[in-house]
Amino acid sequence: MGKYNILKHELVPAHELLSKEEEEELLKNLGIKREQLPKIRKSDPVIKILEEKYGPIEPGRIIKIIRNNSRTSGIYIVYRMVVGE
Amino acid sequence: MSAEISKGIKEIKFALLSPDEIRKMSAVKVITPDTYDDDGYPIEKGLMDLAMGTIEPGLKCKTCGGKVDTCPGHFGHIELALPVIHIGFTKEIYSILNATCANCGRIRLTEDAIKDFKERINAIKSKLVDVEYDDIVSEAESEASDVSICPYCHFENKKITLEKPTTFREEGRKLTPKEIRERFEKIPDDDLILLGLEPGVARPEWMILTVFPVPPVNVRPTITLETGERSEDDLTHKLVDIIRINQRLRENRDQGSPQLIIEDLWELLQYHATTYFDNQTPGVPPAKHRSGRSLKTLVQRLKGKEGRFRSNLSGKRVNFSARTVISPEPFLSVNQVGVPIKAARELTVTETVTEHNIDRIKEMIRNSINVDESSEYKPAVNYIIKEDNKRMKVTEKNANELADKLQLGWKVERQLQDGDIVLFNRQPSLHRMSMMAHEVKVLPYRTFRFNVAVCTPYNADFDGDEMNLHVLQSQEARAEAEILMKVQENFLSPRFGGPIMGAIHDHITAMFLLTFRNRKIAKELGIHILSYVNVDKLPPIHKDEKGKEYFLGREIFSLILPEGVNITFKGKINDKIIDPDGTEGLVVIRDSKLISGAIDENAVGTMKGVLLDYIIRKYGNARAAKFLDDVTRLAAGVISYIGFSTGIDDEDVPLQAKAQLREVGLEAIRRVEKLIENYKEGLIGPEPGKTLEDTLESLIMKELSKAREKSSEIASNYLGIENSTVKMAKSGARANMTNLAQMAGIIGQQSIRGKRQHRGYTGRTLSHFKKGDLGAYARGFVTSSYKEGLKPTEYFFHAVGGREGLVDTAVRTSRSGYMQRRLINALEDLKVSEDRSVVDTEDSIIQLVYGEDGVDPSRSFGGKSVDVDFVLREKFGDKYGGEKQ
Repeated sequence: MGKYNILKHELVPAHELLSKEEEEELLKNLGIKREQLPKIRKSDPVIKILEEKYGPIEPGRIIKIIRNNSRTSGIYIVYRMVVGE
Repeated sequence: MSAEISKGIKEIKFALLSPDEIRKMSAVKVITPDTYDDDGYPIEKGLMDLAMGTIEPGLKCKTCGGKVDTCPGHFGHIELALPVIHIGFTKEIYSILNATCANCGRIRLTEDAIKDFKERINAIKSKLVDVEYDDIVSEAESEASDVSICPYCHFENKKITLEKPTTFREEGRKLTPKEIRERFEKIPDDDLILLGLEPGVARPEWMILTVFPVPPVNVRPTITLETGERSEDDLTHKLVDIIRINQRLRENRDQGSPQLIIEDLWELLQYHATTYFDNQTPGVPPAKHRSGRSLKTLVQRLKGKEGRFRSNLSGKRVNFSARTVISPEPFLSVNQVGVPIKAARELTVTETVTEHNIDRIKEMIRNSINVDESSEYKPAVNYIIKEDNKRMKVTEKNANELADKLQLGWKVERQLQDGDIVLFNRQPSLHRMSMMAHEVKVLPYRTFRFNVAVCTPYNADFDGDEMNLHVLQSQEARAEAEILMKVQENFLSPRFGGPIMGAIHDHITAMFLLTFRNRKIAKELGIHILSYVNVDKLPPIHKDEKGKEYFLGREIFSLILPEGVNITFKGKINDKIIDPDGTEGLVVIRDSKLISGAIDENAVGTMKGVLLDYIIRKYGNARAAKFLDDVTRLAAGVISYIGFSTGIDDEDVPLQAKAQLREVGLEAIRRVEKLIENYKEGLIGPEPGKTLEDTLESLIMKELSKAREKSSEIASNYLGIENSTVKMAKSGARANMTNLAQMAGIIGQQSIRGKRQHRGYTGRTLSHFKKGDLGAYARGFVTSSYKEGLKPTEYFFHAVGGREGLVDTAVRTSRSGYMQRRLINALEDLKVSEDRSVVDTEDSIIQLVYGEDGVDPSRSFGGKSVDVDFVLREKFGDKYGGEKQ
C-alpha cells in the first residue's frame, strides 16, 4: 500500500507547525505558559507527516489545528504542544 | 459560618502497622470471644471491654475516663497463635517473594543494578507524583524475579506461585505464612526502597499478621432493638470467629496435635482473617450471617455506591429539606410550588432580628399560640437563638414571654411563608432544569403541587412521583437562586435554545378547542371560562340571528396575549380534509389579535411552541411566565366548561370502513405471498449490498408498512375532527394518527431488532405454522386492531415486540447513567476562566473559548447574537418580505 498523506483526508483538519516567532506571539496573546496548552504526542501520525515537510519536530513545539466542521462556530483554531513518545 | 484552615496538608505518607505498634496502641489484649455478661455488662478482656471505649451512656471508658460523647475509642489487640496473611497485601507479598533470595534475603540484583535503580529513584524524589517511582519498582521487581541464582549467596531460588487467594507455593510445596515471614525478616533495610517500601515505616514481614488489631467499640456498636434484644455488629461477629479459632489453634499447637489438624485450623483462621477485611474476596466463599445474609466487613464498608466514600463523604443527608408526593395545580404560577402546611411548619428560615422586622417577628412568635389548622396559615417561629447561640424552643406556653424579651441581633427560625425561595428537585437530576427555584405557596393537604407546564423539565408525572424541596438559608443563596435558577429563567433550554416548558396534554387540547374554527362560545359560558383567568376586559360580544350573545374563541385567546404580538407561523394542522383552505393551519396574529389559525402544539407546546418562544424572546421571562400561567388557567376553564372526553367508542368505524380495512390486511398478505412465490421461483434479484433473502425481507417489510399506512389513511378518512381522539392527535396533545389506526384498523408488523420475527423453533416462529413459512402471519404481522383484540399468535408476537422495548429502556438507562457518571467525574472541576477559556485545576487549557464557539443557545438565535429577520419584521411588519417563519 502506498503511503497516504492523512492530512489530505476530508475528516482530518489542517495541521500547521508554528514558527518560533509565531509561538512566542501566540503565548503572549493568550497570556499562558507553553505547558498549559493541550498536548499532542510526537508519535502522532500527523506529526510524522508534518516532519516530512518541516524536518524533525522536537517536543515543546506548537502545532496549529484549523477545524472547519462546526455549523455554529465556523472556523475554530486550537493549538497543541508536542510532547515526547 | 466561617471555616478557617488551621493546618494545610503538605504530605501524606503511607506506612504499615508493625506488631509492636499494634501492641503499643492497644488498650487491652482481647482473649475471650464473649461480649456482655448476663447483666449486660461488658466482659473484661472480651470484645466489648470498657478499655476500648463505651457506647452505653452510663458507663465510663477505662482508658480515658470519657463517656460516650467524649471518648474517641481505643484499639485492642489479639495475639495470633500462628501468623496469617493480610489479604490486602497478597500482590506485594508475591512480588517480594519472587524478587528476593530465600536464603540471604537480598534482592536478586547485582550491586551495579541496585545502584542504578537507586540513582533513578533519587532523581525523581523531589517530584510530587509517585507514578514514576511505581514504574521503577515494578521494573526492578520484574528484573529481579528473572534472576534465579542469588548474586550474593549463589542460592538457587525456586519459582514461587500464588494460588489465589492466599496460598503461596514453591514448586508445589505450600509455603506457610510463618515461613514467608521468616524469609521477609532477612531482607535488609537497604533493599526495601527497590521493593516499594520505605525503610523505617514499613517492613515486608509486617504484611503478615502476628498481632491482630481490634477496632474500638464505637466502630462496631451493639444495636439494641426495641424488644431489648441485642445484636452485634458484623465486625464483632467476625472478631468472635477469629478469637475462637485462634484459641483452638493455640490449644492444639501447645498440645502437640497432629499436623493435619493444626493446618486445618490455621487455614480456618486465615479464612476468618481474610473475610474480616474483605468479604468479597474472589475465590473465598463470603462469610454469612445466620439468616443467610453475607456480612458487611471492612472493605464493604468503604466500597461502592453504598460505601463510606460515595454515600457519606461525597454525598450527605441534608437539613431544611422535605420530600413528598407531587400533584398538579393549575392555579399556581409556573414559578410557584405548593407546600403542605405540615411541611411548612417544619421547614424554617433563619432571620436576624433588626429594627425593621422586630415587630413582624414578635407577632410571628405569638402565632405559635392557639394554632388553628383549619383557618388561614400564619407562619410561626420554632426556635429563638440568642446572641450567645443558645437556642430556645418556642412553645405555646412561653411564646408571649419570649416575644416580649426579643432583642435586636437575636435570630429566629421562622416557619416557611408564601414567597420564600426554595429549590425543587426531581431525581434523576439529568440536566440543570431538574433543580429549579420556586416561590413557596403554603397550601392545605399533604402533597407538593405545581403548574403542569414544569412537568417536562422535571420529567415528572403524577402517578406517585415524589420530589424534594430545599429551603435556602442565606440571602446570597436566595438571590443567586432567584437570578439563575428560577423556573422562568430556565424557559429556554441550553440544549437546543427553544422553550423546554409549555402547555401539555389537556392544555393543548383546550387551546385547540377554543381556537379551532373560531368556536362560538355563549356569553354566559364565556364569562365562566374567563373567571379562571386574571383579565380585566371582555372580548367583543357578538349576536347570532336569534339574538343570543356569544364570544369567539380566538378573541378570548387574544386576551391573554401581551400587547403588540405580530407573528405568522404554521400550526400543526396540515390536512386538506379538515382544513381545505389552509386557514386553520396558518396562525396569523396581528396586533395581539388571533386572526386565523388554531392554537396547538406548534404554538404553545413544549419544545415546539413558536408563539411561546416569540413571547419569551420579545417580552422576557417574567411576561412569558404570566402568559404560561394564563394559558394554564384558560385551559382549565375551557376544558371544564366546554367539556372533553374520550373512550373506546371513539374508534368505532362504520362497517364499510371495517371491510375496507380488512381488505387492506388481506391484500398485504396476498402481496407478501406473491413476493415469496416470486422468490421461490427465482424471479427476485438481490438488491445492491444485500443477499437474496435480505432483499425479500426488505420487500416484504415495505409491503407491510404500506398496509399500515393505508389503514391509517382509511381510519383518518372515517374519523373526522369531531372525534375526540382525532382532536388530540391533530392538535399534538397526545397520540398520533398511527395510534388511532392501530386501535381502529390494523396494528401492523411487530418487529424485533428492526426485523420481522424470526426466532423460535427450527424453521418457524411458533408451532402454529409450517416450517419455512415466510408469510406475513408467520412472521409477526398483526391484522387485528386493539379494539377487536388480537389472535393468540398475534398476541404472542405483540408481547415479544413489547418486551424488546422494555428491555431496551432498562438497558439504556443503566448504561447511559454510568456513562454520565464517568463524564461528570472527568469534567467536574473544569471551569470557565476570566478570559472565557476553559481550564482545569492545573490551569491547563481545555478549550480556548467555552464550547469552542462561546455560544449559549438559550441566549442566541441559532448561534447568532442577533436575529436580523426578527428585528426587521418587528420594525416593518408585513412590509418586510424576508424569510417567512
